[in-house]
Amino acid sequence: MPRDTLTGSRIRERRVMAGLKQSELAKRADISPSYLNLIEHNRRRIGGKLLVDIAHALGVEPALLTEGAETTLLATLREAASAADMQEAEFVRVEEFAGRFPGWAALLAETQNKVETLQRSVEALTDRLTHDPHLAASLHEMLSTVTAIRSAASILAEPGDIEPEWQRRFNRNIYEDSARLADTSRSLAQYLEEADSEASETNAPQDELDGVFQKSGFHLPALEIASARVEDVADELGQGLSHAARWLLLRVLARYRTDAERMPLAGCADVVAASGSDPFALSARFGTDLASAMRRLAHLPEEILPDPVGLAICDGSGVTTFRKPLPEFPLPRLGAGCAFWPLYRALARPMMVHVEVMEQSARAAARHRAYAISQPTGPARPGEDVLFESHMLIVPEPKRDGSEKVREVGLTCRICPHPSCEARREPSIMVASAPRKL
Amino acid sequence: MSGQVLLIEDEPNIIEAISFILSRDGWTVKTHSNGADAVEMVKARKPDVLILDVMLPGKSGYDILRELREDPEINGLPVLMLTARGQSKDREIAERAGCDAFMTKPFSNADVLETVRALAAK
Repeated sequence: MPRDTLTGSRIRERRVMAGLKQSELAKRADISPSYLNLIEHNRRRIGGKLLVDIAHALGVEPALLTEGAETTLLATLREAASAADMQEAEFVRVEEFAGRFPGWAALLAETQNKVETLQRSVEALTDRLTHDPHLAASLHEMLSTVTAIRSAASILAEPGDIEPEWQRRFNRNIYEDSARLADTSRSLAQYLEEADSEASETNAPQDELDGVFQKSGFHLPALEIASARVEDVADELGQGLSHAARWLLLRVLARYRTDAERMPLAGCADVVAASGSDPFALSARFGTDLASAMRRLAHLPEEILPDPVGLAICDGSGVTTFRKPLPEFPLPRLGAGCAFWPLYRALARPMMVHVEVMEQSARAAARHRAYAISQPTGPARPGEDVLFESHMLIVPEPKRDGSEKVREVGLTCRICPHPSCEARREPSIMVASAPRKL
Repeated sequence: MSGQVLLIEDEPNIIEAISFILSRDGWTVKTHSNGADAVEMVKARKPDVLILDVMLPGKSGYDILRELREDPEINGLPVLMLTARGQSKDREIAERAGCDAFMTKPFSNADVLETVRALAAK
């Protein structure tokens, strides 16, 4: 049997159904919220006592988390059908299909999950693709394998009989290609881990800065102390960085220290406990501007937040100068995000706060509330233009049935599957349904 | 539909799936997996439609297409190019080389079938 990889997703599903915050469940299971976050995104395997503890905290049998529920299978099949634009008459028969052909249904669901996993890999790797021939070759291999799986699975999933000999052949092909996909993924993961552990002198300075925060986390206790010296913290965190990356780090840390001074940690914890991750509440409590409050929230310890929050900052040219991505809301490494993000729209209307709920096109399951504002980078001077920068705070938002408008956005054009978008800069590599006639 | 499709692709399981769906639709499907002698194969088979992968051992699909377009004997052949690279520059290279349709992996069976039918009807 293949190793189950969806236990984390089921835990998340059950936690949301139970109305529990990530931090609450983590506390009950005696683990950190960030570790639970990794588990819920299937990035850490889980079993043994921890699985039993989490199941107990959720009030379910452990087997329900490891073996999954019928709803998980059906939801995955529906996702596969939606992605393939299946006809309504076939779509509504999904339960009948799963009931009559449980083996085929499980195989199709597994393939769909692998495709989703691959899409996430593409999102994570797409920015590096053009700069790294090994990644390009690996991705080519993975896409070819996925194509073979998709074609064979589509044939098997079509209504009507297929001769047993062909069934066996396509079944065998899917099995072989799944194994090949697993090998390629493993080899790619190993390559990336090795690349991450090497010196980063060949990377862009912004990448080096990202690496510092990935390693240390975004909350830096050393900068919360009143006597903290930014240079000392930069020396400790910035070992091995290029000159340009160290310059960037110093700038970010200096801002962090200023924000921490104006909004001390204890007071922030009180505000968050009362109002959640609300930048307006933090701004009002300490009398700061909204952008500072957003940065402060992004650097608070995850333990005191209801859910981890993300942050993107860009300058007036739209280039990202700071990025704190979320697992369900990644941010492109080399700028060029979706033009519909409030981050960029705020640049057109400085000092106006944009607050809206977003869904990424390829991630219908995840919803986030964005707060964005474009503010001057310094004081006004007579006769001189003012430079602006934009901040966007990204807060996970539970799905609710309501009338609030939800804006559908993408990540970056190259991997956005949205079929018709006014803001598209280039064709998507994720949409194969529209062959281009030249 | 009827006619002959030549599929030049080096991934065996993609070959098998595409061959199956085209054969079921009434097409005679011939396959080839090497780029080095692909032009000779096309001239020998004289297919109604050519499906051509870009990344092939021996010679790239782009080079094969350029040679076909320069050969008066076979330069009007409808060609569908398949590739895992979907960037704008790859489409531009394919366009300049003279392909009639371009699809990026992972594509759907239905799109392949529809495109082959459309190219054959030209």
